[in-house]
Amino acid sequence: MKRSDDESSEPPNGRSGDSIDQFVPEQSVETTAEEQTDETAAQMRSDGGTIGTDSPFETTASVAETRSDRIDRFLEEYIRTPWSILRSDWRAVVSFGILGIYFLMATVGVYLVEPTHPAHGPQLLGAFENWDFPLGTTVAGRDVFAMLIHSTPSILIMMASGAVFTVAVGTIFGVVAGYKGGTIDTVLSTITDIFINIPGLPLVIVLATLLEAWINNPVTLGVLLAVAAWAGLARAIRSQVLTIRSESFVEAARAMDLSTRWILLREIIPHLMPYIVVNMVNAARRIIFAAVALYFLGVLPFSDANWGVMLNNAYNAGALYRPSAYHWLLVPMIAISGIAIGLILLAQSLDQVFNPRIRARHQDLGDDDQLEPDSESDTKDMMNV
Amino acid sequence: MNWKIRRLGQAVFTIWAVMTLAFVMTRMMPGNPVDAFVARIGPELDNPQEAYELAEIYMNINPQDPIHVAYVDYMVALAQGNMGHSMSQNASVAAIMGDAIPWTLFVMSWAVFLSFTVGISLGALMAYWEGSKFDVGLTGYATTITSIPFYVLALLLLITFAYRLNWFPTSGRRPTGVEAGFNLPFMLGILHHAALPVLSMFVASGAASLTMRGNSVRVLGEDYLRVARLRGLPDRTIAVRYVARNAILPMYTGLMISLGTMFGGAVVLEEIFAYRGMGYYMIQAVRARDYPLMMGAFTIITIAVVIALFIADLTYGKIDPRAGGEGREAF
Repeated sequence: MKRSDDESSEPPNGRSGDSIDQFVPEQSVETTAEEQTDETAAQMRSDGGTIGTDSPFETTASVAETRSDRIDRFLEEYIRTPWSILRSDWRAVVSFGILGIYFLMATVGVYLVEPTHPAHGPQLLGAFENWDFPLGTTVAGRDVFAMLIHSTPSILIMMASGAVFTVAVGTIFGVVAGYKGGTIDTVLSTITDIFINIPGLPLVIVLATLLEAWINNPVTLGVLLAVAAWAGLARAIRSQVLTIRSESFVEAARAMDLSTRWILLREIIPHLMPYIVVNMVNAARRIIFAAVALYFLGVLPFSDANWGVMLNNAYNAGALYRPSAYHWLLVPMIAISGIAIGLILLAQSLDQVFNPRIRARHQDLGDDDQLEPDSESDTKDMMNV
Repeated sequence: MNWKIRRLGQAVFTIWAVMTLAFVMTRMMPGNPVDAFVARIGPELDNPQEAYELAEIYMNINPQDPIHVAYVDYMVALAQGNMGHSMSQNASVAAIMGDAIPWTLFVMSWAVFLSFTVGISLGALMAYWEGSKFDVGLTGYATTITSIPFYVLALLLLITFAYRLNWFPTSGRRPTGVEAGFNLPFMLGILHHAALPVLSMFVASGAASLTMRGNSVRVLGEDYLRVARLRGLPDRTIAVRYVARNAILPMYTGLMISLGTMFGGAVVLEEIFAYRGMGYYMIQAVRARDYPLMMGAFTIITIAVVIALFIADLTYGKIDPRAGGEGREAF
């Protein structure tokens, strides 16, 4: 009201307009005329600033980054630095050793050791008695060592697929729920809460019984076992995202109107990567524990040899009260505990790589005591299968 | 107050969701237990039509009803405590579960109580003597023991203490030939039978002490402890009020989450020790393809976990004043 009044009351005075019109073009014309010989000279802009190299906001790198530089930086950041940290940490070395043995068993060992069959050797031979059957034989005369080797690939596939699935679903639910908020958060969090509340192993047992025909494949089985495992991770990631989403770099990305997908993929997930990788290792361990437990209980259909099946067979053959059959029971037990130790050590050493605070503390003190475990995930591990 | 009501609503919603999930699984899954049941029972009957009525008696689901009617019938029956009739045990699922629940709770509560109290005390001592032989040794032990699945430990304990040394019974949950009731031999017998299952969970739980150790070490470095010392507070007050309280708090959340996985563990444990709790019956039902008992056990276990989490959640506010009230993000 007032403004329009002012505008109407003020006569269309040409003077002020003229003066501005005069001022700006004159200046620019002047400068162009004056500095025409020098192309690089600063130009006066309409806002009075100058275009030139002196503004820090418009300075670009004087040295172009070539492709090889970028590759080099990538290698330095993701391969060489972590590697040098890992190499100096005994935990990492031991875990790589252990996991390497299992990997060799699953790849090379399968070709070197021929599969066993009933009546392959004498019945219930003890371990280390006959080097044709280094770990002894079962009641049916099957070679325990060959069974151990040939069950490794399916276990590793199961472990990997289950871990990847757990982490993928957990991350997607957690990141989207934490970042988007509002109704989406409510819906996703409710789903997450329901899955947290449902006890995992009973759910998997019921599902395995109902889906009996479908789960002979180790990949499907890994995914099935992950059904019970992703929810805890999703909640943990959601609470992390809640803190990250208000950080300045995410705010900046939002202010630049970058798409949500871009922000999630390029800004938020890379920040969670350490957490995700460590969780993936832990998830792998839990998947194996659960898988072997279910095979041991006889809930899953026996498709081929495998540590849980070995345990089950030994248990049913009365290995608990037959000292002559102890080796049959102990071999799968040692196999599963060994890979679990490898994975725990790997998780701890990865924590060293990703968590600079812990790394610094360890260097300062020079001791190699335990890491501070992530309270939530570790307590959750307790009594878990 | 508002938050408590919302949390209650969430618990009720979860229970409803699990019941619905159980219905969907029995009715719609590829295995389709209801149709399998009808196909199995039908030919044996004089009048095949009766198979549908039997299905209704056993599973509360009549496959001839349209899906929404079957759903409402199922939910109403469940709400009335009718979970159907077990085929293998020839008793109502509610009766079997009613008998089994106290035993599972007995074993699990002992296991949790022992693991957490001992874990907390050991963790605190480890943090106090950080870097000592005691600390290094126990830390190594806890790390190793965490990587051994507890069912492997249970089997090893069973071999050693039950089969070799005959110290404990190999299976069962109560002494035979002793009159049940509040008499000393019976109570001792129950403890005797529960000892190995509890022990195997307890030994396997090294994680609690590691977590407590980490938390305590973190708290010990805080400034407010230095201030407390400068104020001349007695050591005991500092240890209990400042260190213990702040170190235990994060573990409580973990305890709550572990409640759910604990019942999963109970299934395996009860099977190994032939301890007739909920998990034992669940595995028996799976072996016999006794779907009503299987689904009943699953529903009951879940409801037990939901209620336990709800109670734990309500009491969390009492332990940690910061966590109570509105505006809590998670838990």
